[in-house]
Amino acid sequence: MATKIEETKGAAAPAAATLSKEEILRYSRHLIMPEVGMEGQLKLKQAKVLCIGTGGLGAPLGLYLAAAGVGRIGLVDFDVVDFTNLQRQVLFGTHDVGRPKIEAAAARLRDLNPDIRIDTYETHLTSENALDILKEYDFIVDGTDNFPTRYLVNDACVLLGKPYVYGSIFRFEGQLTVFADPNGPCYRCLYPEPPPPGLVPSCAEGGVLGVLPGIVGTIQAMEALKLIIGKGQPLVGRLLLFDALAMKFRELKLRKNPECPACGEHRTITHLIDYAEFCGIRGEEAEAPATSVPEISPKDLKARLDRGDDLYILDVREPHEYQICNLNGHLIPLGELALRAAELDSSQEIVAHCRSGKRSAEAVEFLRKAGFKKLWNLKGGILAWSDEVDPSVPKY
Amino acid sequence: MGVKVIIPTPLRAYAGKQESVEVHGATVGEALASLTMKFGDLKKHLFNDEGRLRSFVNVYVNDEDIRFLQKDQTGVKEGDTISIVPSIAGGA
Repeated sequence: MATKIEETKGAAAPAAATLSKEEILRYSRHLIMPEVGMEGQLKLKQAKVLCIGTGGLGAPLGLYLAAAGVGRIGLVDFDVVDFTNLQRQVLFGTHDVGRPKIEAAAARLRDLNPDIRIDTYETHLTSENALDILKEYDFIVDGTDNFPTRYLVNDACVLLGKPYVYGSIFRFEGQLTVFADPNGPCYRCLYPEPPPPGLVPSCAEGGVLGVLPGIVGTIQAMEALKLIIGKGQPLVGRLLLFDALAMKFRELKLRKNPECPACGEHRTITHLIDYAEFCGIRGEEAEAPATSVPEISPKDLKARLDRGDDLYILDVREPHEYQICNLNGHLIPLGELALRAAELDSSQEIVAHCRSGKRSAEAVEFLRKAGFKKLWNLKGGILAWSDEVDPSVPKY
Repeated sequence: MGVKVIIPTPLRAYAGKQESVEVHGATVGEALASLTMKFGDLKKHLFNDEGRLRSFVNVYVNDEDIRFLQKDQTGVKEGDTISIVPSIAGGA
């Protein structure tokens, strides 16, 4: 259990039930509103909020909670800032690439508000450490990006009786709610089971418009602040759906499931379980494409092309990906392959490729079942081609 | 004017890129069957091999989850909206 906690240097534990002159000035825009006032600001000062994740959702969340003067903010993140994060993880700057996210996040938030306490946990949240970490806080906000952690956080919150502000995104859509009632509903009432692994792409695989987690994470911060000051109507029992393209918010009722194993009448979840197993993933290994699919490495493909072999390069990516980079392949997006397989000549050797080798493996499998015999999947896709054969091909 | 089915973003590619589709049916089951007749590819994303709605896909009639109504037997009438809301987990 290697959790490391760092506190803001020099900040006294904000248990004092007063605001300093500086704080009164800093938060004056809160104080002049009757809904907040001194009373509300003191509640913020004494509140302890844990933000799990400092990425897409975690960034606006952390920023607005720190700006509002939440007295103690915990940050959980084990990851390192990557160049591709900067499109949406607005806590980080270009100079932070390669730095642990937790360090960069804490530095940014301390700069924004040196008066508050920031605790950092540079660790995976696991069944072994979750209860110990979460129990220190009054409110838990989910900025994670995977199913196992979401179920873990939910169960830990139910077991500890902590309110949990949920937000999730995919491409252009978001979902939000607040699970605040110790008697439910909880996340398992909403979704008793996760999808099988690999079915719902991550942001890395499916893409996301950078500002989307910005909107959803900001709403999560708003809900957390409302819970703290006890004003307004939180999203308890309400599932908020956001469609960014249509710019529509819709609301659905979120009911407690009386049979829920976590928060129902006959609870079977009395301790934290193996969430990777629950979600059908064993360990953190990426799911490998079917090993029965014949593969060709980029180097071998290059050798064969140089030799003049008559190969049909089938690119199963989407048109917008083809525009980023391509191997001069024939583009038939995977979703259209069933309809357009007749365009292919089964007497030719076909090498299918995509970005990383996963979709093209599916394409090869599909064509094999359709009776094609001379098939290859380009192992590692165009990313591997860039790494091993032609670095001038941009990676994305 | 039939029943409007709102298609979530992850599934729009399988529904002719449409945000919503109009179908007919007296129950949710009938409406979804009508939807998958129009868009065959949607079927495997909504239903498992035994023809049951996948456990990580929630369906609402107007704003009520059908699991708390009569599930696929939940009645629908003209002007109702069926929402398909799959579980999503992105956030990083």
